[in-house]
Amino acid sequence: MASDKFQKRSSDSEPGFTTASLPDIVFMLLIFFMVSTVLRETEIKVRTQLPSAEALTKIDQKRLVSKIFIGPLKQGENKGDTAIQIDDALVENRRAIRRIMYNKLQEQPKLIASLKVDRESEMEIVNQVQQELREANALRINYASTRESNAQ
Amino acid sequence: MAGLLDKRREGRDDVEIPTASMADIAFLLLIFFLVTTTINVDTGIGMTLPPKLQQDQQPPPVKDRNMFKILVNSQGDVLIEEEPSSLTQVRDRVKEHVLNFGEDADLSENPSSAVISIKTDAQTPYRIYIRTLDEVWMAYREIWDSIARSGQTPGGEQILNQTFPNYQAYRSSLDPEDDNLIRDNFGANISIAEPDTGE
Repeated sequence: MASDKFQKRSSDSEPGFTTASLPDIVFMLLIFFMVSTVLRETEIKVRTQLPSAEALTKIDQKRLVSKIFIGPLKQGENKGDTAIQIDDALVENRRAIRRIMYNKLQEQPKLIASLKVDRESEMEIVNQVQQELREANALRINYASTRESNAQ
Repeated sequence: MAGLLDKRREGRDDVEIPTASMADIAFLLLIFFLVTTTINVDTGIGMTLPPKLQQDQQPPPVKDRNMFKILVNSQGDVLIEEEPSSLTQVRDRVKEHVLNFGEDADLSENPSSAVISIKTDAQTPYRIYIRTLDEVWMAYREIWDSIARSGQTPGGEQILNQTFPNYQAYRSSLDPEDDNLIRDNFGANISIAEPDTGE
């Protein structure tokens, strides 16, 4: 009697995982990564090939960072001219930087201005921007640079 | 003949799309996205600009012996303390200056009053400026590394309760609200002078 029951059971249900829901789980993860992957937030209109350095520090708090791009224009009439871009707009008047940065500083008092400057830019423009930042009292800056490769 | 057709039909009814490989396909895509997603961390050289001076306010005086001047022109030529030099020498010269402890009359009195001044021409490429600044920071990094390894400052003061293989390891052991004891006790004074405009 007992052995009869046992045998019946083993023949009825095949052991094994149900893999039917596995694709659903994986697709859910996949969709999460596809959605959360951000390719580029803003269009950068100036070329910024960053310099390389050794004594780097990481900025952990991304929300404190405000980026200032300085470099030659990628396209347009004045292609190749050095220009300044903050967020997604080019800054024509350099005097306007202090106002822009001052407003940003009001929103985020611990603002870090990340200077993304093209390696071939001249110091004159960098210093002008720094003077503007001093006027705006945005004193925490960061010279964005990449890790030095061993080949160099 | 008809019998054969019937048999085929019967077989077709049982056919299903095999879903077993679906998971593999999804995993492959998932791994692809996992690998290609780069959460890029911003890295760079952090600096603090001096606050804007009020009208007719003079910059704080610095003794000449404490000031270590580095001049870089547009060709990348370096002048250290008025002597022609090269970028590769900057690091050792800065360390020598900072860790002088009043020994040499031309170098700094003590590390906290030592000031490194970098001055560039208006036409100096940014790349060369960053290289110079990097060398100066690396000089301090090497000093901080030795503090992290020994737990005491070059002046012989015990500031850390435990030792670390290098400064980076010490920094990563800190919580965001912790004080960085190495930098508090042995700060870097780097001054960026305004360039000559040629006017």
